[in-house]
Amino acid sequence: MTHTAPLTNQAGTARTRPPRAGRSRRRTGPYPLYFLLVPAVIYGVFFALPTLLSFYYSFTRWDLFTATWIGVDNYRAFFGEQALVTGLRNTLVFGVLTSGAKVVLGFLLALMLTSKIIARGYLRSVIFFPVLVSTIGVGLTFTILMNPERGLINQALGTIGVAGPGWLTDPALALISVALVDIWKGVGLATVIFIAGLVSIPTEYYEAAALDGASKFQIVRNVMLPLCRPATASVITLSLIGGLRSFDLIWAMTKGGPGFASDVIASVIYKQYQAGFYGLSTAGSVVLFLLVTIIMVPLTWWLNRGEDN
Amino acid sequence: MTNFTRRPLIAAVAATALTLPASGCAAGSLGTSEDGQGGAGKVSIHFLVDSGENTTASAKAMVAAFTAVNPDVSITIESRPGGSDGDNIVKTRLATGDMPEVFHYNNGSLLQALKPEQTLTPLDDLPGAAQFDRDFVRSTQGRDGKLYGGPWGTAYGGGIFYNVPLYSKLALQIPKTWDEFMANNEKIKASGVAPLAQTYGESWTAQLPVLADYHNLKTAVPDFGEQYTAGRAKFATTPAALAGFQHIQELRDKGYFMKGFASAKLNDGLKAVATGIAAHYPQIGETASGLKDVAPDHVDDVGFFALPGPDAATNGLTVWPGNGMYIPKTAEGDKLEAAKRFVAFSATQPGCDAYSQGSPPQGPFLTPECQLPAKVSQVAKDTQAYFRAGTTTPALEFESPVKGPALEQICIQVGTGQVDATKGAELYDQDVKKQANQLGLPGWQ
Amino acid sequence: MRNVRGVIGGGVAIIVTGIFFLIPFAFILLTAAKDKTESALLEFSWPKNFVLFENLQAAFVARDYLMIIAFFNSLVLTVVSVAALVIFSAMVAYIWQRRGGRSAGFVNAAVLLGLIVPPAIVPTVFVLQKLGLFKTMPGLIFIEIAYGLPFCILLFRAFLAGIPRELDEAALVDGAGPMSIFFRVILPVMKSVIVTVTILQTVFIYNDFQNPLYFLPGSGAPTIQTTLMGFQSQFLTQYHLLFATILLVTLPPLIMFIFFNRKIVEGMAAGSVKG
Repeated sequence: MTHTAPLTNQAGTARTRPPRAGRSRRRTGPYPLYFLLVPAVIYGVFFALPTLLSFYYSFTRWDLFTATWIGVDNYRAFFGEQALVTGLRNTLVFGVLTSGAKVVLGFLLALMLTSKIIARGYLRSVIFFPVLVSTIGVGLTFTILMNPERGLINQALGTIGVAGPGWLTDPALALISVALVDIWKGVGLATVIFIAGLVSIPTEYYEAAALDGASKFQIVRNVMLPLCRPATASVITLSLIGGLRSFDLIWAMTKGGPGFASDVIASVIYKQYQAGFYGLSTAGSVVLFLLVTIIMVPLTWWLNRGEDN
Repeated sequence: MTNFTRRPLIAAVAATALTLPASGCAAGSLGTSEDGQGGAGKVSIHFLVDSGENTTASAKAMVAAFTAVNPDVSITIESRPGGSDGDNIVKTRLATGDMPEVFHYNNGSLLQALKPEQTLTPLDDLPGAAQFDRDFVRSTQGRDGKLYGGPWGTAYGGGIFYNVPLYSKLALQIPKTWDEFMANNEKIKASGVAPLAQTYGESWTAQLPVLADYHNLKTAVPDFGEQYTAGRAKFATTPAALAGFQHIQELRDKGYFMKGFASAKLNDGLKAVATGIAAHYPQIGETASGLKDVAPDHVDDVGFFALPGPDAATNGLTVWPGNGMYIPKTAEGDKLEAAKRFVAFSATQPGCDAYSQGSPPQGPFLTPECQLPAKVSQVAKDTQAYFRAGTTTPALEFESPVKGPALEQICIQVGTGQVDATKGAELYDQDVKKQANQLGLPGWQ
Repeated sequence: MRNVRGVIGGGVAIIVTGIFFLIPFAFILLTAAKDKTESALLEFSWPKNFVLFENLQAAFVARDYLMIIAFFNSLVLTVVSVAALVIFSAMVAYIWQRRGGRSAGFVNAAVLLGLIVPPAIVPTVFVLQKLGLFKTMPGLIFIEIAYGLPFCILLFRAFLAGIPRELDEAALVDGAGPMSIFFRVILPVMKSVIVTVTILQTVFIYNDFQNPLYFLPGSGAPTIQTTLMGFQSQFLTQYHLLFATILLVTLPPLIMFIFFNRKIVEGMAAGSVKG
């Protein structure tokens, strides 16, 4: 704020003249823009440039050598093909389901782990550890645990007389099953975020509420929930962005199958890429980009606005 | 404080980011000694194969046999995954000029997708090329009419594996028509055995009922291949083409699939049909090589017949005329010459014998130079019978460069009841259209 | 009374979490310790024939020591990317937080876009290919840096807001240049957030599957995650080796967790709330 040295000669002076004395250094300022140079180049070349290119190439038939302009054909294919529309719907279902469950379960677990029960540290560790584990490893393990005939889950259900479903082989269930595993893996992170939010609530609020004779439920509803809103916002934002882009777990567990029943946009993009349909795959990237932006920008704005009120 | 500025630090950081990681390790740089420069003037080339157990074993045997008589060449085997992951690797390695001197890959439409005219070395001058199997040559040519590959392994059929002991126990005849086949299935089901193995846990296996039906399709519509390539014939509107999808639906609707088909893999299917858990398994004959590993005591309990069509008189087998060995355009000089010698070796008796060591052959070799070993599997014998009778038709992927990448998923959709046969065929037509457009074929706009 | 309820609640929680969270890991360990035939049954039982170490060894030796190569590559990828990320994002956050003005606006926009926008895959492959970096470790490292920058910058910026400007100004008065102020004054006081960023990014990049799959395909220079996925088709009938591999891949995070449990949990929570 105080140092608003002219933007123009910052980088130039810094590079050409070694700062020897106080004066020349003062003109460069202690916060030179050349600090941004290397990261800006990396970000620009490997992230921003491809993103810009994607808008052009999504309108072409492309084999990486030659690109033929074909207008909106790729988008027409994307929205005309049932498999790809399924992918779009599944992406939404997966994102909403996993982030919703993480919010609810994470909050409940955080409530439990901030109450006076024994073995809190142990419980927190056990719930949190899956967050750190390889998604592929988790996916492959659960694929085997969810095997309809021989998997541990259905065998366990069998011993209590329940015929377990084909978790990953029933088209109606496959996406939900992957979502369950995603929740299993991610709920630990939501929980520790909520714990951090809950413990930062000053104790005066509880005391005031207790003086008013509030019930336990009322305290949760009227004190804890509103006051850990930043934590809620973080959990929603993080898990929704992650959920909408989700690829690794789905690829490790079902590869989008059976048929296209658990395909999401990210797996569709990969399949079109594998098939050599580079233009179509890029159109998929743009669709995903638009979807995430359309959902996340207003949502982030709304969550942050709520915080100010 | 004169040296307070530490410009070198950022330079060091940048340099670390740029140069250090160049030491990323390559597979094969550890624990393999084959790549060593064994002596003066020795040519060393690489050979890329898929990582399937049988392919790897055959490749190793062939390299050993070749280098024994060609001590001036050393060959390092590299492996890649199979399926669509593998396709993508082959494509990108060719596109980036990073392809080993020799690689093994499919012919037919998958070869066409590599644009062989631009990326591969023509091999018309290979010794014995004139006598190679006609279907092999046709499906290994580029659009310029040049031959781009040497033969790898044998031709094989696509049809139905069946459990021989079960057939004799129930006194069943090999079905020559679809109705006979369904009648057999009914009896098999009544006897308490699952009529059909399906293995949707490994999705590529799901498309065989459609692919292996091509002999019947071509019998009904002789110019289907051309019309389809030109965008005029469609699966959904050609009854004989739709039949493949309808068969899947019919088999499913009757409840003929074995238990656990939805998550079973190829090996489960092979084991099921070998041990009589399931009576039939639609497959390509080549996979019978795996029987020795999954059901060593039942290898000869598996027989093979063509996918039956509407008419017993035109019964015949859809065949895959082998695979190819290819040399990219980037191979030059001594390496090119060594690569050509190696490819030529695969079409000689010692080369074919080496192949058979790794993968028991399941059909005739692709050159008259090679004779099958004295003892071959039941599947190989059954396949041979169709070749001798001359009732074989190369699969559609060898008549047309157009094959949609999602056929396997669509077949699974039909087989799990998510869509019906007609809808499945329509979906496949859409999928095919994308491939045709990507290839820039006329008539698909 | 309180205590009794705490004990009962805790006891129930221990049993429930045990079923949901410990059994899957126990299953990995038990299957990795069985022989081939027994592992194929997929049962949750104590191995009749305890061959854990033989299996681990076999998993290492498989396909010409591919696991060792993959571990090495993952190590290089993680260490170099994380080191670069820490320094670069700290520098950007420093300028962003301290300068304000137009450049801060640019950084702000770039960071927000980077957080939300999913990368465009094929154009990235295209750019890497043009630069000769496709299928190379440096290429993948640049990708991990580019994708990780926005999140790390946010973490650093939030922390820097709490570091008084007087600190830099004092150094400036002492005659220090911008580089030395940053590396000698600012970086040392950011130790705790550096640890957070390092832990978070180490977990992300070590576990990353999608980017190596796209940008480092083939068996040329595999990372540990793509190798694990490849072993799935390799070990179709060899569940003991598949699970030995899963166990090996899970060990580094486990070891990290045992030593830095508190730090990781706090870092993740803090990082996420501020982010």
